[in-house]
Amino acid sequence: MVGAGHAGLAAGHFLGARGIDHLVLERGEVGNSWRRERWDSLRLLTPNWLSRLPGHRYQGPDPDGYMTAGEVADFIGAFATASQASVRTGVTVTSVRREGTGYRVRTDQGEIQARTVVIASGACNIPTVPAVGGTLPDSIRELTPFDYTGPDGLPDGGVLVVGASATGVQLAGEIRRSGRPVVLSVGEHVRLPRVYRGRDVLWWMDASGVWDQRHDEVDDLERARRLPSPQLAGTSGRVAVDLNTLIDQGVEPVGRFAAVRDGRALFSGGLRNVCSLADLKMNRLLATFDTWALTAGPDIDDKPEAPEPTRVPASPRLQLDLRGGEIRTVIWATGFQPDYHWLDVPVLDGKGRLRHDGGVVQDSPGLYALGLPVLRRRKSTFIHGAEDDAREVVEHLSGYLVAR
Amino acid sequence: MTTVTNGVNVQALLDAREVLKGAPEAAQFTWRATSTWRDGVHSTTTVKDFFGLGEEHSHKAESVFEADHPAVFAAEDNGITPIEYLLVGLAGCLTAGVAAVAQNRGIQLRSVSSTVEGRHDIRGILGADSDVRNGFNDIKVSFTIDADASREEIEALVAQSQKRSAVFDALTNPTDVTVEVA
Repeated sequence: MVGAGHAGLAAGHFLGARGIDHLVLERGEVGNSWRRERWDSLRLLTPNWLSRLPGHRYQGPDPDGYMTAGEVADFIGAFATASQASVRTGVTVTSVRREGTGYRVRTDQGEIQARTVVIASGACNIPTVPAVGGTLPDSIRELTPFDYTGPDGLPDGGVLVVGASATGVQLAGEIRRSGRPVVLSVGEHVRLPRVYRGRDVLWWMDASGVWDQRHDEVDDLERARRLPSPQLAGTSGRVAVDLNTLIDQGVEPVGRFAAVRDGRALFSGGLRNVCSLADLKMNRLLATFDTWALTAGPDIDDKPEAPEPTRVPASPRLQLDLRGGEIRTVIWATGFQPDYHWLDVPVLDGKGRLRHDGGVVQDSPGLYALGLPVLRRRKSTFIHGAEDDAREVVEHLSGYLVAR
Repeated sequence: MTTVTNGVNVQALLDAREVLKGAPEAAQFTWRATSTWRDGVHSTTTVKDFFGLGEEHSHKAESVFEADHPAVFAAEDNGITPIEYLLVGLAGCLTAGVAAVAQNRGIQLRSVSSTVEGRHDIRGILGADSDVRNGFNDIKVSFTIDADASREEIEALVAQSQKRSAVFDALTNPTDVTVEVA
């Protein structure tokens, strides 16, 4: 396994249980990216009761709360200790290549020959920044979420947050609360209420079975895998962080960041439609919850709710002078991508994504992946999504070893 | 699925999508128009040929578009104003999108009509106020759709049609434009 996050450890757990000799290699410490690549205030989007790994679940006093990044790392660390996975930390994999019928894994501490390799190094290793990133006027400080720790680290003055998925809306809200003017550039996004009919919206995702939908049942798998993270935050007040809440806080939404021309940021005039798409999609999801509750779910006292449609400003700004001093910082909250620079096996598509079928890399027998979006189910990238995926991928892997 | 006939060959479009995924060079099209000045602010633009799928194509017939300005602009009104052609393009594109998306979603359309309004402060083009832009202040499209679908489904058709519209994108996002003297 390359990577000792929840996915690699879950795979290690099932391999250990089958008595299959294995190693989980980790460049840093267990749950490394949770310790080193998250901003200070970040909390998990999923409630504590939902954070579960094989044979391991949250035991603390606040099942409805949300773990801090450090607590997530501790939680994963405790699982590593309790599970049957063999973990070696502080080992950086520098290359994986095919050799004979297996793989030669080169690390900064020597080489290992493996019959199979599971890529569990994560889906969010590198912040994705549009081509215009790094070319803004010198007066602007450009950051990615990896550079951001909190509002205190920012220059005074206005902040343009580009991207309105989980990261962007959380940062926009937090930075606005620090007193800075915030402009939020909004492209296609996924809106969700934090609480629906008295329950955490992720309870609904879990209980109604939406999250269990399998990759081979999804209509448009490619689109499902590209779906941005939902506009959610794990806060004690379980408040929504949708555009309406942010507008109430004084955040100014604008359209998708389209280009920079003559020192001016240009925004799409399509803000109204991306908001309509998000509202319609959210309402369809909530309607599926309601249908499920009526037919198969438990009795729920609270009646169906209709969240207020997104209040799109009458005339959102289409451009912003980046040299005028209004904006001092631009944060590119425009997504993340995996880092496969160490993978010397030709299994990436033209866009650098791993070609796989449910975590089985068919072009290279013995190579597997875990922890990628909708790998085998809609819940694949969530912590509790690792168990089912890891069990099935390990089952395939074990069959592969037997067949050879 | 019951047979829905909006007259859109969605299967051909879905097939093309699959083929072009693996052949991005074939997906490169060039649309062309040729324009000639008549007199005053009147011009005639013709559209016939285009390039795509690796070769030249022609429309079944050449189309001719007269562009002029109305009498209130002290012109001859031999045709609509150029900026009105943008409304024509937007309406045509969104309507096509509604039909295609409806077909793909198995929704039978009975009628689709729309009104497109572009609000325009002409002080920009007249140079009367340098703070006023030349183009539209904003555009509003209003669809009236009769179909075998709920209001939410119809709203979703219209939203998806915008999401996949070439003209909506061209109007809402900047485009790099080069104008040169040959």
